[in-house]
Amino acid sequence: MAPTGKAPSHPPDAVVLQLDHVTKRFGGLTAVNDVSLQIRQGEIFALIGPNGAGKTTLFNTVTGMYKPTSGTIVFQGKDITGLKPYRVAGLGIGRTFQQIRLFSYMSAIDNVKVGEHHRMRAKLWDSLLKTPRARREEREVQAQSMELLKFVGIEAQAYNYARNLPYGHQRRLEIARALATNPRLLLLDEPAAGANPQEKRELMALVERVREQGITILLIEHDMKVVMGISDRILVLDYGEKIAEGKPQEVRTNRRVIEAYLGKSA
Amino acid sequence: MRPLSGRTLKTDAAMRWAGNWFNDRNRTLFTLLIIGALVFPAVADVTTGGEGNHLINTAADAGVFVLLALGLNVVVGFAGLLDLGYAAFFAIGAYTYGMFASGQLLASPLHHEFHIPFWVMLFVGVGVAACFGVILGAPTLRLRGDYLAIVTLGFGEIVPLVVQYLGAGSPIGNWTSGVNGIGAIDPPKLPYFLTGPWVGAPIGLVKNFDFTGSVAYPMDFYALMLVLVAICVVLATNLYNSRLGRAWMAVREDEVAAAASGVNTVAVKLLAFAIGASFAGFAGCYYGAKLSLVSADNFHFIVSVTILIMVVLGGMGNIPGVIVGALLIYVTQFFVLTNLPDWTQALANAVGLSGLNQSHGDWVGLRNEVQRLNYLIFGLILVIVMVLRPQGLFPSRIREQELEKGTEEQAVFDLREDET
Repeated sequence: MAPTGKAPSHPPDAVVLQLDHVTKRFGGLTAVNDVSLQIRQGEIFALIGPNGAGKTTLFNTVTGMYKPTSGTIVFQGKDITGLKPYRVAGLGIGRTFQQIRLFSYMSAIDNVKVGEHHRMRAKLWDSLLKTPRARREEREVQAQSMELLKFVGIEAQAYNYARNLPYGHQRRLEIARALATNPRLLLLDEPAAGANPQEKRELMALVERVREQGITILLIEHDMKVVMGISDRILVLDYGEKIAEGKPQEVRTNRRVIEAYLGKSA
Repeated sequence: MRPLSGRTLKTDAAMRWAGNWFNDRNRTLFTLLIIGALVFPAVADVTTGGEGNHLINTAADAGVFVLLALGLNVVVGFAGLLDLGYAAFFAIGAYTYGMFASGQLLASPLHHEFHIPFWVMLFVGVGVAACFGVILGAPTLRLRGDYLAIVTLGFGEIVPLVVQYLGAGSPIGNWTSGVNGIGAIDPPKLPYFLTGPWVGAPIGLVKNFDFTGSVAYPMDFYALMLVLVAICVVLATNLYNSRLGRAWMAVREDEVAAAASGVNTVAVKLLAFAIGASFAGFAGCYYGAKLSLVSADNFHFIVSVTILIMVVLGGMGNIPGVIVGALLIYVTQFFVLTNLPDWTQALANAVGLSGLNQSHGDWVGLRNEVQRLNYLIFGLILVIVMVLRPQGLFPSRIREQELEKGTEEQAVFDLREDET
């Protein structure tokens, strides 16, 4: 059932992702300010903070959509600062989006197959002539993609257009597509946004199961209850700066965190 | 219980198979197209009393546009990149063949004629056009949508001009004969042992099928065209169902998500451009050989637009739809519209309105009036078809749904913000 098939190549305590003094500025606006963090193999690491705190910007910086203004990003011992998004994905960082970005007019299974694209070896020649090699690979990808759809629990929807799937299933499909890239680290940008409490619980159970496959998870989530329940460690961002980091209990009682959250609503 | 006889089972299976086959509109279309293409020469010969050569010749010309529409469909339909200068690649293919299969280069600084066989030049033409596709694509594919369209438009204008400029008197010598175009281009030839025992023999359907002589007959080109179109259809279909086809669709749907899923979007788009261009190079070689003449006048903007119309009107992204679109537009432009003045004149005479055919005062006569309004009528036909079927005549399922439910405009989202 393992979507990755591989055992983690790193010892359990190894650092998967390391950010060193990462800053991202847009003109005069500093969206992420001097953030450093270390994510260890196999943990669920949550990134929280009020709206506009720079969480998604940090995601985009890690996945290569933005180039950091300064600082370095190291993934599994390799400097990935400023690499293009497809290279980052190829190295083993999968992601989902806050606003669902599926390929609306492709079937669910084709969406997953796109995730397998960079691992496929068929050359242009194989594609043009439909060589035995291409056919074989196509069959393998079909089987793997179906497995992944089963893993996230939407195999019945395999041949429906992504846009026609119910909301919760679209979220799951995004996760399946990200898993198809065979990631070591999965970045989930508010996977439970807009879901009802029941769906939220189910999605978090899915996140747990993904972690059991040996995939490290970096999670953005608004719902404090959800975050506290699932995360091993939490980092709190406010106005682009790290204001707290630690285990859920530590963060919950942190004065600056309470200020940032309550101060906003009061 | 008596077992069913084997025969019933077999017929049942056959019926079910046929039912499934024709359930799929594309398969029906393909079947009809294949049958139509095979019987067309015979029908043309019979209906005109043995004088079908002209019709067959026209059909062989139409094949060029089918090839071009198939190629543009890869760029526009599959990958979603708007290319308004597609005729440029067509010109590049045609000129590549023209230069290396005629006496043209004797006048060039090379002072040597080349007569490379058509079959070799097909591959060379494809390669050269694909190279130009990459050359144009590499710097421009960072652009999106409208911006890309404008750059390709410019490229489409530049190529015919460059070709015209490189004639006699250009500073780097006479390569293309300028405005005169290249004439006396070699027709395709096959060695005797390949042409088969029917060489020159007037046997029924393949009358005058003869690739050995220096003269090529319409039927030769018709057969050649069918083979080329068949090859292109198979290749395009394979691409559509491949890893690359999926990547194209993904890029078309959402480039950011495609990149985040590990698709090298720039490389994939570049490939779409190069493959689209290579189809045009293929068509260009055939066109040069068929016409035995290439001239820069044949590759202007209107050609690019016509091909785009064929793709859009036929059904973007759907291969048989695009073929039908190409054929319909070709027939409308070069058969219906050219004959329309004569037909209206005959009709007026037949219904006793021959007075309309006389010119007097400002009235130039019905025939000439229709002649004048030719493109207005063409435009009207296009408008009516697109209003009635905005998704094209035979769209791919995807396109059909998109237009049924309507798509919201997506904001242009830049992968990397410009920041200096």
